[in-house]
Amino acid sequence: MDRRTLFPGITLPSLLVAPQLLLTVLFFLWPAVKAVQEAVTASNPFGTATVFVGLDNFTSLLLDPTYRAAIWRTVWFCMVVTALAMAGGLLFACYANRPLRGAKIYRTLLIWPYAVAPALSAVVWVFIMDPQIGILGRHLGAGWNYALNGGQAMALVIGASAWKQVSYNFIFYLAALQAIPRSLIEAATLDGARGFTRFRTMIWPMLLPTTLFLMVVNLVYAAFDTFGLIYALTGGGPAGATETMVVKVYEDGYIGNDIGGSAAQSVVLMIMIVALTAVQFRFLGRRGQ
Amino acid sequence: MAILELQGLAKNFGETAVLKPLDLTLASGQMLVIVGASGCGKSTLLRLVAGLESASAGRILLDGADITRQDPSQRDIAMVFQNYALYPHMTVAQNMGYALKLRGESRAAIAAKVEEAAALLGLGDLLGRRPAQLSGGQRQRVAMGRAIVRQPKLFLFDEPLSNLDAKLRVSMRAEIRRLQKRLGITSLYVTHDQVEAMTMADRLIVMEAGRAAQIAAPMEVFERPASRFVAQFMGAPAMNILDPVRAGMGNTPPGSVAGIRPEYVEIVADGVPLAVDLVEPLGAETLIHGTLRCGQRLTLRRAGPPPAADGLHVRFPEEALHFFDAESGIRIEEEAAF
Amino acid sequence: MKDKPDFLAHGVLLLGVILFVLPIWVMMAGATQNAGAIARGDLSLIPNPHGFGMFGRALFFGGASRAGYPVWHMLLVSFAMAVGIAAGKIAISLISAFAIAFFRFPFRKLAFWTIFLTLMLPVEVRIIPSFAVVSSLKLINTYGGLTLPLIASATATLLFRQVFTALPDELVEAARLDGAGPLVFLRDMVLPVSRANLAALFVILFVYGWNQYLWPLLAASSPAYTTLVLGIVQMMAPDQMTPWNLVMATTTLALLPPVAVVVALQGAFVRGLTETDK
Repeated sequence: MDRRTLFPGITLPSLLVAPQLLLTVLFFLWPAVKAVQEAVTASNPFGTATVFVGLDNFTSLLLDPTYRAAIWRTVWFCMVVTALAMAGGLLFACYANRPLRGAKIYRTLLIWPYAVAPALSAVVWVFIMDPQIGILGRHLGAGWNYALNGGQAMALVIGASAWKQVSYNFIFYLAALQAIPRSLIEAATLDGARGFTRFRTMIWPMLLPTTLFLMVVNLVYAAFDTFGLIYALTGGGPAGATETMVVKVYEDGYIGNDIGGSAAQSVVLMIMIVALTAVQFRFLGRRGQ
Repeated sequence: MAILELQGLAKNFGETAVLKPLDLTLASGQMLVIVGASGCGKSTLLRLVAGLESASAGRILLDGADITRQDPSQRDIAMVFQNYALYPHMTVAQNMGYALKLRGESRAAIAAKVEEAAALLGLGDLLGRRPAQLSGGQRQRVAMGRAIVRQPKLFLFDEPLSNLDAKLRVSMRAEIRRLQKRLGITSLYVTHDQVEAMTMADRLIVMEAGRAAQIAAPMEVFERPASRFVAQFMGAPAMNILDPVRAGMGNTPPGSVAGIRPEYVEIVADGVPLAVDLVEPLGAETLIHGTLRCGQRLTLRRAGPPPAADGLHVRFPEEALHFFDAESGIRIEEEAAF
Repeated sequence: MKDKPDFLAHGVLLLGVILFVLPIWVMMAGATQNAGAIARGDLSLIPNPHGFGMFGRALFFGGASRAGYPVWHMLLVSFAMAVGIAAGKIAISLISAFAIAFFRFPFRKLAFWTIFLTLMLPVEVRIIPSFAVVSSLKLINTYGGLTLPLIASATATLLFRQVFTALPDELVEAARLDGAGPLVFLRDMVLPVSRANLAALFVILFVYGWNQYLWPLLAASSPAYTTLVLGIVQMMAPDQMTPWNLVMATTTLALLPPVAVVVALQGAFVRGLTETDK
């Protein structure tokens, strides 16, 4: 892991890591410490005094039915988005890996949505699905109105989130497929494996490390990066039907100004992402091999 | 042109002594070849001299100046690496001129020196290419050129030929030696190939487990190996080691083993019988592997085509025998034995 | 396979292309049409050949419901933010990874793990406390506040460390024997050799910076610092007067730079992305 040959000296390397360390302390450690600190204290309405309240903020958070609902909503939102986006990416990657005329053009056209901002993906889908102006939405009849129907809003938010993420998975699956040695596939073909059997018994196991890695990345994406998309598309509504945990932190902390409660929510999110990152690094190790 | 002196130079990694204290003086313009199996400490020795490793003990003197603690960039030493270590993003000319540029020499001076070195190595047409566009042999030449251009005090070679194919290796071997002699630059050359070691060296160090098993001129190492290890390491096929009593040799020192090189075993009409197991005809010469009646194995080499018979009789000429202590492996001098 | 075209594969991939290109087509077609017609639900799939001027007009279009800055200004803010984040992150990550990979200094492990820790704190997680910190540093509504909290992150440092660790030791040794000190080595060897990684990272970070939504929403409440992505979402405020054609034209303009960067540097970008795990 470490190099054999190094440069001598202490001052120069210290100066070189200093800028990043400074930013890290200012914008990562300090906010993190602040969040934990605020999560275990409460201040009076005038902000003139704070008292230590221990885990009170956490217990009231977990006893709050709207927060509990947000947790479960986030969990299944993440799982559905991950499943859809990964399935889409894998499907297109498998076909794009075949020797086709125009394979390069297909690849480019499937990769570019990576560049679409989640918030703009929401805008694009409004043009498609809006009940009045949407090119598709206006034909769906009077029953279609995601501004009023929570289920429809959730479906739309899931669809738009997955749509934007397919290209990311496509890129990784395609790279993984191209890394499988041709001779291995040829050997399997000579052994009589064809079509779906060949995919299930040969290719899918080889893709497993990529799949595990992508699973974590997609869960993180769905949990955290979709804020802009959800906020632009539904604002978390109707009636909180699409309010995920990150949307709620923003609503409670920035709009609602509930310092202790939102700090506790931040801490919960931190614990979540630490767990996900820990899982990711176990798989990263495996990918490296 | 410089004199290199090592005084008790040693290197430990934690508890393990990678290089045991070594004393050595290398005269100006000489080529010292360090030969040994992998892990014997030969590369460590080279890297210590280069300054890429720091010495645990001892001193390195170059022209009398102590350079033991100097940064490699201050030592005025050039090195040719096993994998050439050419700068992939630079052209051949830029690769060769880089050290001069860092020294602050003028463009014109650099260009002139690079061209001169390139002409010497037959690289004239390749100066504009990048390493990726060169063959293995050409890269090797560029690595040489990069070292030559600087006219350093000392050349270090770290197995520079081991990535070339056999034919190229033989011709480059001669070319490096010719160049080194012509430029007269003191050189250290590390290899695991004993033919390279024999052919190129003014002096030879045979390394064994971090220790210099012998330091001498190549022919001296070949003719009077200091230990059983050196005897078997130098020369191919390796020297036969026999229990002299079981092999029926008469007058031998007590508690010793006898060694005889395959080319000195004589085939005679009436001698020790040898059952032939395998005959390897190499064209100009033949290797014969067999078993003596006492069960000991023997290899012999003779000029010309293979003999017809399955069984041979051999003789071990006394003047060709070496004796080593059976325990320590150290050479027992003939004067003492007879 | 070579005898006749692989119809199934073409079919599946065409379906995918339609799924991903059609929405953008709708948007671009919509940009050329009459705002009133779109509001009535008469959005057509065929672009109006006389409406292409809308893309130019959109540049001077202010926020629909708020008297903000025109789109060209938002475009500049977005550029400044994306380039600032990409360049800043590359610069500080490059030198810190260089120090960690090529030196042995006393608190090296501590520095590495501190930086590594930031991997676990994406801006969305620490959003409210970060906002508080940036306010107390008086950086709200400044470019520093917009970019600095997003500049410090471990991903680029980890990538560079990985690239540097993969450089052959002999290259370093040869350069040192040629007389190169650490900074000369950084300039003459490390930078040119990792040019491809720099390009890939620039694409990833430019897209990351351009597409930010939540952080600018908090850190740039003044219209003078409204980014394009933020501005578009604000234009969509639920009022019937939304000039849909202008919104669509603006969205097209907002998508163009990151898409162009990704497509133009596709090779380096894909390699960089898949070799470094995000």
